Amino acid sequence: MHPVIAISSLSKRYDSGFEALKGVDLEIDRGEIFALLGPNGAGKTTLISIICGIVNPTGGSVSVDGHDILADYRAARSLIGLVPQELTTDQFESVFDTVSFSRGLFGKKPDPAYIEKVLTDLSLIDKRDNKLRELSGGMKRRVLIAKALSHEPKILFLDEPTAGVDVSLRKDMWEVIRKLRESGVTIILTTHYIEEAEEMADRIGIISGGRLLLVERKADLMRKLGIKQLRLELREPLSALPAELQGYDLTIEDDGKTLLYTFDREGERTRITSLLADLQSAGIRVRDLDTKQSTLEDIFVSLVKEQA
Amino acid sequence: MNFQAVKSIYAFEMNRWRRTVLQSIVSPVISTSLYFVVFGAAIGSRIETVEGVSYGAFIVPGLMMLTLLQQSVSAASFGIYFPKFTGTIYEILSAPVSFFEIVLGYVGAAATKSIILGTIILITASLFVDLRIAHPFWMVAFLLLTAVTFSLLGFIIGIWADNFEKLQLVPLLIITPLVFLGGSFYSVDMLPPFWQGVTMFNPVLYLISGFRWSFYEVSDVSIVWSVAAIGMFLSLALGIVWWIFKTGYQLKS
Repeated sequence: MHPVIAISSLSKRYDSGFEALKGVDLEIDRGEIFALLGPNGAGKTTLISIICGIVNPTGGSVSVDGHDILADYRAARSLIGLVPQELTTDQFESVFDTVSFSRGLFGKKPDPAYIEKVLTDLSLIDKRDNKLRELSGGMKRRVLIAKALSHEPKILFLDEPTAGVDVSLRKDMWEVIRKLRESGVTIILTTHYIEEAEEMADRIGIISGGRLLLVERKADLMRKLGIKQLRLELREPLSALPAELQGYDLTIEDDGKTLLYTFDREGERTRITSLLADLQSAGIRVRDLDTKQSTLEDIFVSLVKEQA
Repeated sequence: MNFQAVKSIYAFEMNRWRRTVLQSIVSPVISTSLYFVVFGAAIGSRIETVEGVSYGAFIVPGLMMLTLLQQSVSAASFGIYFPKFTGTIYEILSAPVSFFEIVLGYVGAAATKSIILGTIILITASLFVDLRIAHPFWMVAFLLLTAVTFSLLGFIIGIWADNFEKLQLVPLLIITPLVFLGGSFYSVDMLPPFWQGVTMFNPVLYLISGFRWSFYEVSDVSIVWSVAAIGMFLSLALGIVWWIFKTGYQLKS
């Protein structure tokens, strides 16, 4: 099946000389939820902005359902809805008017019934005649989603959809996104919350420093993220592993003063209890211990190191 | 052609105007009336006629041009600057609209506003003085072309400006002086020869002169020059707008 979005060697250098994207290749499958994960300033928003036509690329190409975003921008953009990161709204417009305006911009005939349906789905119908400046931040976020959906897009970009949104609203938002996917919309969201990607995505791409470091199915990535390490600080240095401990994934570090045990948090048994028992029977005394989970941050760091 | 989008932008802009319509109309009407009192009644009473036209009537085309230029520039510059300022421009840039359609929507709305205001000034003026329009076709043509040209200029300023000061700068420092020194309130013949020469470099002179000719058939420069001047401004403005969109200047960089 054709990917719904195909990005090839996409690069962007801003006038300031800052290189926001350094040759990104990526394909988005039809109907999936793709999460683009990365720290602030990684290039997430630039990538989205280029696909949506807000920023001109410096090099490379993007096609949306086979339409080049530059040569055939009308066809490409008609398919896309964008929910920006910032809560940018026309303060003095009413909810209904601003959503209808978006539909018009995308060249669709007015359809009040459809707009009302979108507002109902997003629990905004009670606010249809309210001015935007009267709405809370969470409500404004919903209005931005309604605007993005007003022209019935096939692809929806959500740039940090839950940044600064409280927990209950975040759950609602996830529900909305799931429903959209069920209706066949492809969804690309950016986030720097790992939980969000974990909750929603089918696939996850990690971007840092303008490079796409990895694209994986969520299940595979979570397995990597599930790895934990137990660090045991020993009273007396150890030169070699005793026989009792050969069956564990252990490494000796720090001139024998530290034992590092790697285990899978998601696994059925972590074998920590038996490890401690075996340590005792081997006569190894522990001074201190702590556990460490490989975080997204670690994955970044190791990925960046590999790249270098 | 995405007519729906042009319509949406145009309607959005006109709606924004409607919300503040009272101040939009009242302030130019009041300032025009003040000009009539000061220049028409107070000073004008000491000037009999200028080239056979009563002074009060003589300044009407200049006053209309003053309003037309100021309002076109300010309406169009604000119209495109504001979404840039609030960030809502993202939506227009990501919509399937061509730059031509964006310009048509914004500039069309700004020109409409200033033409409405110009007409109101004309009606207000007719309460004070006897007006005569010798060439209605040319009068309307000058009105339309000037409104469109200076709305384009306003659009350019709105794109270029990255703060509110710059937005005010051009109308205040360039447009207003050019209009005042372009023969709105006097005939160029009334100036000493040196300043007559300098005034010939003022582009706005050609607009006011042509516009006045369409009323009273008196002009500082030949009507041919006036038509050529407005055509030149229009082409220049269109060229700059075309370049802005081609390069994404201040919008997509």
